[in-house]
Parts: sequence; structure tokens; C-alpha cells
Amino acid sequence: MDIFLQQLINGLVLGSVYALIALGYTMVYGILELINFAHGEVVMIGAMVTLAVVNMLMASGVDIPGIMIVATGLLVAIAVCMALGFAIERIAYRPLRKAPRLAPLITAIGVSIVLQNVAMIIWGRQYISFPPILPMTRHDIGGAGITDLQIFIFVLALVLMAGLVLLVKKTRIGRAMRATAQAPEIAGLMGVNVNAVISFTFILGSALAAVAGLMVSAYYGIAHYYMGFLLGLKAFTAAVLGGIGNIAGAMLGGLLLGVIESMAAGYIGDITGGFLGSHYQDVFAFFVLIGVLVFRPSGLLGERVAERA
Amino acid sequence: MSLLEVRGLNVSYGGIKAVRGIDLEIAAGELVCLIGANGAGKTTTLKALARLLPAHGKIFYQGKSIAQTPVFDLVRKGIALVPEGRGIFGRLSVEENLLMGAYSRKDTPAIRHDLEKNYQLFPRLFERKTQQAGTLSGGEQQMLAIGRALMSRPRLLLLDEPSMGLAPLMVNKIFETIRTISAEGVTILLVEQNAKLALEASHRAYVMEGGTVCLSGESAKLLHDPQVRHAYLGE
Ligand SMILES: Nc1ncnc2c1ncn2[C@@H]1O[C@H](COP(=O)(O)OP(=O)(O)OP(=O)(O)O)[C@@H](O)[C@H]1O
Ligand SMILES: [Mg+2]
Repeated sequence: MDIFLQQLINGLVLGSVYALIALGYTMVYGILELINFAHGEVVMIGAMVTLAVVNMLMASGVDIPGIMIVATGLLVAIAVCMALGFAIERIAYRPLRKAPRLAPLITAIGVSIVLQNVAMIIWGRQYISFPPILPMTRHDIGGAGITDLQIFIFVLALVLMAGLVLLVKKTRIGRAMRATAQAPEIAGLMGVNVNAVISFTFILGSALAAVAGLMVSAYYGIAHYYMGFLLGLKAFTAAVLGGIGNIAGAMLGGLLLGVIESMAAGYIGDITGGFLGSHYQDVFAFFVLIGVLVFRPSGLLGERVAERA
Repeated sequence: MSLLEVRGLNVSYGGIKAVRGIDLEIAAGELVCLIGANGAGKTTTLKALARLLPAHGKIFYQGKSIAQTPVFDLVRKGIALVPEGRGIFGRLSVEENLLMGAYSRKDTPAIRHDLEKNYQLFPRLFERKTQQAGTLSGGEQQMLAIGRALMSRPRLLLLDEPSMGLAPLMVNKIFETIRTISAEGVTILLVEQNAKLALEASHRAYVMEGGTVCLSGESAKLLHDPQVRHAYLGE
């Protein structure tokens, strides 16, 4: 088996999920200069709701293909997460719009904790497993394997990212988002309802988070009320790596972080003579975060005057 | 009936009163200028009219109070502000800036038409329509700011020092444009440092000092008023 190719494939697939989540961080930062640390929890809720609907449909014994069951779960999760993203901004962040910057940051952590606990109360502390209803055929390419699920995750992530870029670059609302990010007061003078644009940004990022939630839980086969914490931190790292506030940067940072993690996990055993194993995978994201913050805090694509869209 | 009527406008920053109970009245189609020394409260007045600052007092536009109207609704009612320092979106292209001016409109063919009209008025903007607006020269940015405001098809245009920092040739060009816009029927309230040009271009004028209006009247008369000539025309 070709380890390099295999880890590259795994890394790109995982990275495309990180990228989807990182977009939520970066879009909100671009407009409000706020790190929405509750975003990882929105991903978790997306995964949990998808699984809840899937398991309910399975238990009810309806006779529809597995893909349709998952699609139904995803649609419900998207709707729930969009409502959640909207509510988080309205309830937790908007009242603090003019407060010192530490206040919304602490609030974000508070929202995280609340969401984790709500999820724990509803779904319990145990791991919830993803039923094996998705096609998992493995294809061989050049000595490495790629499953249907991996192909599906990667392609869907790319399609969503392309759609988002088109939305931001080419549409009226996208133009309003960029204008608001640069000069909210002037955007208001142009007739942009700045509050509506901010709500829209949260809703959009949360919809992507819901899809990412499905992807992660299907990929690892499990979901858990605490899964949002690590995912959120990694996606935040990806956003910082690409240059926070920069949409292309979030995509690049996500893919890159996925590959770095996966490569490191693939080779760490060899390098340390078996002393450290691939379960140390999670640690590399934080090496990356520290490295970026020390050596290039503006990220790969960020400049001092960051092109935010 | 006047298009804009302001009664007892008061604006303060914290404890500092920047505008103290001023009255203004502008009829439809008029070009009115507001002049005064640095810090007199001209920008503050315009910002209050555009609802960017909380203010006390009555503001009637087309006979209706706009004191509670949110900022983003004003442009739909026909009020456009070209702010001091232009306020263009530096990282949007020139054309995107102009389209932002038409954000409140839905009539796509007419927007296209107005875009072409703008490019005729400012050929320089046409040459640079795909360029990032932040890379334009100061004068070009001023043209863009005015062009962008026109894209909303305003009935009332509030201009805050459109000639600031421009070379004499460019100042003339901007004033020529202001006259053209006025001749097309747009009502204009023009704030200017260049009192002579502003008085020459406008029908009527208000002179502000220390947050109050100390003098007002027909521009042609003020232009020959010894007090004005001494204080604002440097004679
Ligand atoms: N954000 C602010 N906070 C506190 N004071 C302010 C603020 N903006 C303006 N002021 C004060 O209000 C007064 C009026 O300012 P304003 O900008 O309206 O003057 P202006 O007539 O436009 O002057 P200029 O011709 O220099 O542009 C000034 O004394 C200024 O210092
Ligand atoms: Mg001023």
C-alpha cells in the first residue's frame, strides 16, 4: 500500500470538512471581527440532529434507501443549525456589538458550554454510532484506497465551497456582505440592512456547519456531545492558517491542515521508532496553530489589510 | 413645500454640544450650501440628517418626520450622502462600488442605464471599472463617491466637502458636475470649505459657527457681504 498517497487522500477528505467549518469562522470574523467559538458546537448539533433523524427513520422501519434517509436527516439538521446560528447571533452577540472585544469572546465560550450541555441532556453522554447505511465501496487508485463516502464528502465540500465563492463574488447579497465587512456604516448608507446581512452570514455559516457535522459523523461513524470542541479548534486553526477573514484562505487552510495532520499521523510511528502512534494526530493541529501565530499571524493569504472575500 | 425642513437640531458627542439648535429649510430643486470654519459642526449636521448620529430636534423630509427612520431606509426615500473622506469600499472594484450605490433598487435595466450615464459623466471611472477602488487617486475616488450616490437616483443629495484635497483643475471639474446634477433637478445640500466656489455655485447658503447658524440668505448676496468676505473669503 502506498502510504503517502493514502494519507494524502485521507488528508484532503478530512481537510475539505475542516474547510467547510473554517468558512463559518472566517465569514463571521470578516464582518464582525469576532471569533465565534460556539461554531464548533453548531457542527456538533448538526451531527446529532442528523443522527437523531436517521435513527428515528430507521427505527420506524420506513422502506427508503439509506441515502434518502441520510439526506432527510441532513435537511432537518441544516434547518435546525440555521435557526441556531441566527439565534446565537441575536441573543448572545448582538447585544454586545458595542462592548469591549473580550465580552463577546467570553460569551462565545459560554454559548459553547450551554450547547454542549443541552446536547448532553438530550442525547446523553454515550457515543452515538452512525448506522451503516451509506455505500462504502472501496476503490483502488495507485496502491491507495478511496471509499464512496470519501469521494462523496470531498466532492460535496468542493461544490459547496464553489457555490459560496460565487455567492460572495457575484451576487447582490455577496456584494453587500463584502461592503459590510469593509465599512458597515457606509454600507448602511447604501441601503444595506447591516443587521440582516450579519444574520445572513451566521445562517450561511451554520448551514455549512450542519453539512460538515454529517460528514464528520459519517466518516468516523460516531457522534458525541463533546465532538464540537476539538473540531471547532481545528477549523479555527485552519482559518488562522489561511488568514482569518479571508474566504479563500479558510479553504486553503482547511485542506492544508487536513493533509498535515494525516501525513503526520501516517509517518509519526516511523519517525519516532514506534514511540508515538497515529493517535497523536490531534496534536499537530496545535503545533500548526502555534507556529502560525508565532511566525505569520496574518496567515498564508492574509495581509495587513486583508482581502476578506 | 420644502423638501427638507430641520427645526431645532441638536447633536452632542458625549458632553460636547457640536450642533446647537439649528434650523434649515431646503426647497425641491435648490442647491444650498453650508459653509463655516473647521469644527463649526457642518459634518455633524449632515451625519445627523443621514441618521448616522443620534440627534434631538425635528427633521421633516417631504413633509414627514424621518427622525426615527433607520439609516438603510433613507436611501429608498431618496436621500443620499457623500460622506467626508469619500467612504468608498476600497477592496471592491469601481463597478461594484457603483452597483452598491444602486443596492436599494431592483430595476436592473435602469441600473445598467445609470451605470452608462455615470461612465459618460466620469470617463475615468469607465477606464478603471474593474480596478480596486482603493487604488484610485483621491480625485478619482471623489468622482466614484459622487457617482455611487447618483446610482441611487437621489432626490436629495448631501455632499460633504467634495473638493477636499483636490487639485484646482479637479475642483473645477467636481463643481461643474455638481451644477450638472443640480440642473437635472436633484436637490443638493453642499458642505464646503471653499466658500467662494460654493457661494458662486449655490442658490442659497447657511453659514455655521460654533454649532449654530450665524448667517443665511441668497448666495449672491452673501458673496458681497463684507462680514462674509472678511471671515470666509479671506479678504
Ligand atoms: N466623534 C466625535 N467625538 C467627539 N467630538 C467630535 C466628534 N466628531 C466631531 N466632534 C467635534 O464636533 C465639532 C464639530 O465637528 P464637525 O466634524 O461637525 O465640524 P466641521 O464643521 O465638519 O469641520 P471641518 O470643516 O473641519 O470638516 C468639533 O468641535 C469636533 O471636534
Ligand atoms: Mg467636516
